[in-house]
Amino acid sequence: MFKEIKENLRHWAKQIDRPLKLMEVCGTHTMAAFRAGLRSFLPENVNLLSGPGCPVCVTAGDYIDHVIRLTAEPNVMIATFGDMLRVPGNLGSLEIARAQGADILVVYSPVDAVLAAEKYSDKQVVFLGVGFETTAPTVAWTIQAAAEKKLANYSVFCAHKTMPQAMAALLQSKEVRIDGFVCPGHVSVITGTKLYTFIAEEYKTPCVVAGFEPLDIFQAITMLVQQCAEGRSEVENQYQRSVKEKGNQAAQALLAEIFEPCDAKWRGLGVISGSGLQIRAKYADYAAENKFAFLQEKLAAPEPIGCRCGEILRGVCIPFECPLFQKACTPANPIGACMVSNEGTCAAYYKYAQKQRKV
Amino acid sequence: MCLAIPVQIVELEGTQAVVDMHGVRRPVQVNLLQNPEVGDYVLVHAGFAIQKWSEADVAEYHAIMEEMNAMDEKAE
Ligand code: SF4
Repeated sequence: MFKEIKENLRHWAKQIDRPLKLMEVCGTHTMAAFRAGLRSFLPENVNLLSGPGCPVCVTAGDYIDHVIRLTAEPNVMIATFGDMLRVPGNLGSLEIARAQGADILVVYSPVDAVLAAEKYSDKQVVFLGVGFETTAPTVAWTIQAAAEKKLANYSVFCAHKTMPQAMAALLQSKEVRIDGFVCPGHVSVITGTKLYTFIAEEYKTPCVVAGFEPLDIFQAITMLVQQCAEGRSEVENQYQRSVKEKGNQAAQALLAEIFEPCDAKWRGLGVISGSGLQIRAKYADYAAENKFAFLQEKLAAPEPIGCRCGEILRGVCIPFECPLFQKACTPANPIGACMVSNEGTCAAYYKYAQKQRKV
Repeated sequence: MCLAIPVQIVELEGTQAVVDMHGVRRPVQVNLLQNPEVGDYVLVHAGFAIQKWSEADVAEYHAIMEEMNAMDEKAE
């Protein structure tokens, strides 16, 4: 299979007489592509850019600062996925707050946050709702469950985001040329492939939904190059074993029940209209900012000095172009969010890129 | 965050299932699936099954993995 894909890729790439820039939107794809050394198998004129698909990385600095302020409140327990712990804000990180005594529960599933609220009825349990369309339904479930159980001590501090608006924002900005998107597999499991139709049609940019094994990604790249060579821009689905055209409709219904679209702030990309999810008024009791009004305040959240995460998330520069990369900024001592998360582009380059011929 | 490995449902009660992840049993919510059954292969994200895989899907996955393993062995 690999040999065949490789030959196809060479064949189609040869028919294009310009450099192609393809963006892998999803952080898991970035990591998988690096781990397998995929970049070294690409023809000269095919380049991979990493995009804004690492949920922790695109979470704005002021969100982190708000969370840190929240940990200082009496009787608050923060429940979160583990990868949020080390993200640095201007007020430190959750890891530092925890070392100083903050009550932080790291969960594998949002379900555990609801269980914690039941168990610790004297605490206000706040779940950090960070993630894209794949994670948002699981968090929506917790709000529904809390409402059914009438749990007065559970809420979500919601910063969920939706992927295609960010992809469109990148294309609109024209800051970098993007010839095609390797679209996130598990976002698409929930949403279906129709999510990207407007990108292919309005922006004339090919989209291929890809699975997570290196061969999947390699094949998706080949399909994109073929679309470019043939002058097509369509949504194709390489990951048919998981992604159906209509997606997971039960998850979509749950999302629509609990959340509604809102404008959202992305690290590096700024505010993108309609790119976030907020909790509907019907479930306002479960929105953390209604329990802790200070979460609604605007905070200045400057990026760490010298850190180029913003540009990296937009595909404008690569980590090697950041003066802090591998020097002041390493996974053991991360300065920016892109180095913290194990799906972050800087972390991926740190771990794998030095050893690889082409980045 | 995305674990793209199919796991099998070994127990089921209402919307609560137990899956077998390489010998480790884990609780999983299956409320996002239509008609989940014991024996189904599912894709799990953050403690929720988000999609069922058919036998053909599982076979495709194993074919891909076999090919990649063979490549690794060759490279070693
Ligand atoms: S290497 Fe560190 S400082 Fe530089 S952009 Fe990446 S995260 Fe920011």
